[in-house]
Amino acid sequence: MEQRSISVWFFIGLLLTIYGLLILATGVHELLVPPITQVAMAHLHIGIWWGAGMLIFGLVYLIRFRPKRNVTN
Amino acid sequence: MPSAPCFLLFASPRMSLTAVDLTIIVLYFCLVLGLGAYLRRFTNTGDEFFMAGREMTAWIAGLSFISANLGSLEMMGYAAATYQYGILVAHAYWIGAIPAILFLALVMMPFYYICKTHSVPGYLKLRYGEGARSLSAISFAVMTILMSGINMYSMAIIMKVILGWDIHFSIWVSSLTVALYVMAGGLLSAIFNEVLQFFLIWIGCLVIPVVGLIETGGWAGMIHRIQTNFPGQDFIHMWRTTSSFTGNPMGVHWTGIVFGWGLAISFGYWTTDFLVVQRVMAAKNLRSAKLGTVIGAFFKMIVPVIVILPGLLALAVLPFHLVPESQAGLPNVHTYNEALPLMLARYCGPGLLGLGVTALVAGFMSGMAGNVTAFTTVWTYDIYKPFIRKAATDAHYVSVGRWCSLIGVFISIGTAYLVMNFSSIIVYAQVIFVFFIVPMFGTVILGMLWKRTTPAAGFWGLLAGILTSFGLWAWIKIDPGALQYVAFSSHAKDMAENVYRAMWSLLVNVVVTFAVSLVTRPKPEHELKGLVYGLTEVPAEGDFPFFRRPITWAIVVAVGFIALNIIFW
Repeated sequence: MEQRSISVWFFIGLLLTIYGLLILATGVHELLVPPITQVAMAHLHIGIWWGAGMLIFGLVYLIRFRPKRNVTN
Repeated sequence: MPSAPCFLLFASPRMSLTAVDLTIIVLYFCLVLGLGAYLRRFTNTGDEFFMAGREMTAWIAGLSFISANLGSLEMMGYAAATYQYGILVAHAYWIGAIPAILFLALVMMPFYYICKTHSVPGYLKLRYGEGARSLSAISFAVMTILMSGINMYSMAIIMKVILGWDIHFSIWVSSLTVALYVMAGGLLSAIFNEVLQFFLIWIGCLVIPVVGLIETGGWAGMIHRIQTNFPGQDFIHMWRTTSSFTGNPMGVHWTGIVFGWGLAISFGYWTTDFLVVQRVMAAKNLRSAKLGTVIGAFFKMIVPVIVILPGLLALAVLPFHLVPESQAGLPNVHTYNEALPLMLARYCGPGLLGLGVTALVAGFMSGMAGNVTAFTTVWTYDIYKPFIRKAATDAHYVSVGRWCSLIGVFISIGTAYLVMNFSSIIVYAQVIFVFFIVPMFGTVILGMLWKRTTPAAGFWGLLAGILTSFGLWAWIKIDPGALQYVAFSSHAKDMAENVYRAMWSLLVNVVVTFAVSLVTRPKPEHELKGLVYGLTEVPAEGDFPFFRRPITWAIVVAVGFIALNIIFW
């Protein structure tokens, strides 16, 4: 089989980083400009915590598994 | 703590997605298609397309193994069943999975791996001959297509309930995406996407138990709310209420849980359902295959956090009671199957809602891709190759596999509407499953462990098991009074009936296989090398420290399994 140069973990890191950024930014926006209708437990601002966690997790994977030569899986 | 008016915001479950939610969903679709396109160039031979080149690491094989099982059917169905039956449903994840997965890892995997077969029916061909292989391949192909249809229905419900999206739109867009990436990269693409989906499912669904437990004030607060909302009913004990048929909401006795669920259904699914076994057969060596299976067992053990716990939280916090599917369509009612989507809508605002919807779509796709890749392999190697075109080039079979992926998706779209007439999605899945997969376990395990089992016994035992299961189901449909004979109680609910039917099916399968073996001629021993215990030399795993050995982690998982059963006794 031809050698793959991009690890699947890199793709996971990429997606989680982007998602983390989007969710974190949305959470911060909701904190500054509260929406009219809110979900249950909105005062926890779970989006900020969740987005930040995903961003950190994604960045770790993104850096740890960045494309190198002769990497499989 | 939330104020009461918050609940009123969810009187209607339909929610509008914001631009952020849509971006998250669209990004996911772009990535899975991109991954499929990227992996297309690495799947040119049959081994690469159908078995992912047999080069997966233990982690990838293990996460894919469990992700293929974690479809939207699994997530929505078991959350719904938890709302209906309580924590009893967690038996599906513990006694109904862990012993069987560990048995697969330590006992059965060496035989599957050493004989280098492409599929479980392929093993039956080597062990018993064409009869048993054909029967299992055809029944498996039928089952996977039907299960695929169930998955589609689950996903369409999610989209209808949360977003108000048209069912047909949801089905076609998601199904064709799966078809495209599986056509492009075969099992390799399916496995890589399943690992991605595994992360999304966990991150997207974990919001519910985390926020839900904060809302209820922790586990004790949740239990208190359930007891207040449903006085006199026990939803929170796994074993304590099973000493009688009437002491628990499911109407099941502990014998049914142990022998029907823990033995027949569990071992049937986890050790012989090619959908999951295929993932670990693609590992790069036997140690990775065994370790990957143990990793899968660990994650299976903790899946109740994102499936069972949301069901319990729904019992605790929803301001209305959910109803059976048979009452769907009545004004202002929500059914059991909507438990998980309702909880998602309850806690997830913009961004997180998109993530949650993506998690459920990812669950749908992983489940469907699992069915499609398994169907494609079994169709190509166990039906097309032996019966339609025996001698063709490897490239021809790869081409057949690619087209089969697309055709399989179209057929399963046609089956999606069959599930409408059943009270709970998961019950329908078990009906099909008990028909086809449970009897196969007896045939495979007797073939692996007893060299005297004959080719004729393999075929007739399997057929007898399938007919028994179908016959008992038909008997109860025609005469509901038969339930007291099949399930030992007229109080047995659908799920309990399935559990006992599985037990009978396996029993008949084993008895017939044993009896026919005694009166027919076995295969000579030299033909059974690499296939049967005692005649197979299992290669050494290598000189690894104890913490890298599959047996070490299997013991850790087994201890965790016992502890969980005691804690939630």
